[in-house]
Amino acid sequence: MQFALLIFESPKAFAARNSDENDPYLGAWRAYHKALVEAGVYIGGNPLQAPETGTTVRIKDGKRHVQDGPFADAKEQLGGFTILELPSLDEALEWAARCPAASVGAVEVRPVSSEYLRRVTG
Amino acid sequence: MSGSDLESTHRTVERVARESYGRLVAYLSSHTRDVASAEDALSNALVKALTTWPRDGVPENPEAWLLTTARHSIIDHVRHQQVADAGEPTLLLLREESKEPNMTLSTEFPDERLKLLFVCAHPAIDPAMHTPLMLQTVLGLDAVRIAHAFLVSPTTMGQRLVRAKTKIRDGGIRFEVPQERDLPQRLDAVLEAIYAAFGLGWDDMAGVDQRGRDLAEEAIWLARVLLQLMPGEAEVHGLLALMIHCEARRAARRGPDGRFVPLSEQDSRQWSFPLIEEAERHLAEAASRGRSGRFQLAAAIQSVHAERARSGRTEWVAIMMFYEQLIRISPTLGTRTGYAAAVGEAKGPEAGLAVLDEIAPDDVSAYQPYWAVRAHLLQRLGRTSEAADAFDRAIGLAEDPAVRQFLLQKRG
Repeated sequence: MQFALLIFESPKAFAARNSDENDPYLGAWRAYHKALVEAGVYIGGNPLQAPETGTTVRIKDGKRHVQDGPFADAKEQLGGFTILELPSLDEALEWAARCPAASVGAVEVRPVSSEYLRRVTG
Repeated sequence: MSGSDLESTHRTVERVARESYGRLVAYLSSHTRDVASAEDALSNALVKALTTWPRDGVPENPEAWLLTTARHSIIDHVRHQQVADAGEPTLLLLREESKEPNMTLSTEFPDERLKLLFVCAHPAIDPAMHTPLMLQTVLGLDAVRIAHAFLVSPTTMGQRLVRAKTKIRDGGIRFEVPQERDLPQRLDAVLEAIYAAFGLGWDDMAGVDQRGRDLAEEAIWLARVLLQLMPGEAEVHGLLALMIHCEARRAARRGPDGRFVPLSEQDSRQWSFPLIEEAERHLAEAASRGRSGRFQLAAAIQSVHAERARSGRTEWVAIMMFYEQLIRISPTLGTRTGYAAAVGEAKGPEAGLAVLDEIAPDDVSAYQPYWAVRAHLLQRLGRTSEAADAFDRAIGLAEDPAVRQFLLQKRG
């Protein structure tokens, strides 16, 4: 069963991405990624650039609405996602707790909807 | 009634609830086997107390008042549901009621908490639910707090608790203390569940992640309740000694800046000596019963660590020998990792690594302590690049940011 770990980070965590190689947050992420791969649970994922780089598009009454930045104006913003293959939610929550973002931001765990994917992809 | 009186009545209700919750749930459910309805009835009684006590004054025996009120609430509930399907247990409760018309005046009712503890850790109940059930039914903790400690969603924990209580009611689990023949095994499940609430790893010498569950006080409370009910059991003393020894080092585990301090680097002057002495008394009491067990052995290991406060050094050979005995009774991943760490100190890192290498790789892919100990031993052997790899695994598997930071620094 696949789970998505949605990584929410504070502006401070986004800013820390520009720090040098010895940054502990970067070090923790490297180690976390390695642990996921070595445990054989890692499927994929990607970090996203800072929320300011986002652009939101909506069509309302046939008109295009384009907005600078992310959809919601929250303190913590989506900073990336990781897809894991695990037996159950219990293991997914364990891995979420180990995620470096969990202690400075938040990690939302969502099961991948394989059923809906089948309906979409046919 | 003035505001401060009201406040003090509220505090009285809270205090009585905290102290009597388990006794009342145990007594009520031992008749009906229905833990959930006992809890509902008790919470109804507590709500009623909040409205009537400020008006009429706190009753002379608040606990008996709550019991009578809760019992009436159960009986009312059954009557509403039609007496036809009330069943025998409730009739028993009704009979009990008529036998003791003056319950409010009587001061004593039997303490059935021991039976409740054995029910919570019954082999028919999912082992993962033993601890949550105890925390809720004996200590009255809510599902949200338990869910946080066990890293599941509050809704899920609530559902699991309901399911487990239904199983107790409908599955024919008896409210009784097991017979002599079954006692050691059944008691072990109770002890295991209490220790699971404590949630501490085996040791913390090499930057091992603490599975802090924030329930240490509750676990010690449960163990004290159990000791009160079974004062002659060596392993109950052993479990208490183990937890209190670990608790004694709480203040020393973090530096002033919040950084993680492993056991070997802790300033022993920060350890709590009254707690160490209390742990030692329990260990001596356990030893006098002449029946060894895994909790006593685990406590003995902690006792050797505590000895450093007096002698200034750690007797690793003694620790290693206790681990050897412990592995014979309980060859868990935690014990084997702890043993490897002790061998590494007593006989050198090479010997410690050899112990780790005997563990199957599949078992340790997500087990943080193994990688922390492995990294520590490899580093001592100067095998730097292998050590860095093991450090990465330990860091990646750590949950506590302070432990992560500590390991990142050690890794260099």
